[in-house]
Amino acid sequence: MFFYAPNDVDQGFVQKILYLHVPLAIVSLGGFVAGGVLAIMHLRTRASKWDMRSYVAIHMALIFGVGVLITGSIWARASWGTWWEWREATLVSFLIVFLLYATYQPVRFAIEDRERQARYASVFAITAGVFVPLNFMAVRFAQPSYIHPRLGGGSLTGEMLATFLLSLLGMTLLFLTLVKYEMTSKHTSAQIASLRRRLLGEDPSELPVRRSAAPTLTTTTP
Amino acid sequence: MPALPLDEAGKYVAGAYVVFLVLLFVYVAIMATKLARMERQLAELNELAHRVDANPGADA
Repeated sequence: MFFYAPNDVDQGFVQKILYLHVPLAIVSLGGFVAGGVLAIMHLRTRASKWDMRSYVAIHMALIFGVGVLITGSIWARASWGTWWEWREATLVSFLIVFLLYATYQPVRFAIEDRERQARYASVFAITAGVFVPLNFMAVRFAQPSYIHPRLGGGSLTGEMLATFLLSLLGMTLLFLTLVKYEMTSKHTSAQIASLRRRLLGEDPSELPVRRSAAPTLTTTTP
Repeated sequence: MPALPLDEAGKYVAGAYVVFLVLLFVYVAIMATKLARMERQLAELNELAHRVDANPGADA
């Protein structure tokens, strides 16, 4: 992206942040929507694996969202001379979505009963997941952008477009890899806890319930 | 605003990419810590399983 893609005529070298910031934003918003879709699967099947997948997708999308806000601010400072612009709907709408999802884990943590926690979190994820594309479309179609650049309409061509698409693919694969990594870690943790209970001869129903925002996986015992 | 000269723009571009790498590094470091804890727990359980095998009648 630094050597293959040419410098932008208007913004110059600063525009290289686009290849990081925009894929991060797309994958982050996609992760929030995916969290909603996985939550639908949880409500349909009541299987804890779907709740876990929804939780991990939202968790990872939030981390990517932090990256979007920071890289966006750096780009804004270089392009517009300010770290943040409250009159720009694109920025404020993303911040609203981010803050909405920042309440997801506290909401989960506030509910002690695991069954209810999973159900309410799924309802939250679906409602917020529907809000994401609606919010995106409202900002995009309601008014022309104040200063935030917009992709589309042939604004990227040739090498720039190829570089952007490759960055988007790379970011998507990174997101999926980290989700898989986190899921595997949580599954392994649950298996270890289950094995410990079996070896120590503990009855799970007699153990004190530890409050946590993370879903509980039901492990199968042979 | 006119495009920044390369020497000044370079700092912002480097800053953005470094922030991304730091975020990634922090996440991987946290996961590595969790992985190390799981490895320790598995070693303990393995030890426990050996003791149970050695004394089948006794409680763990």
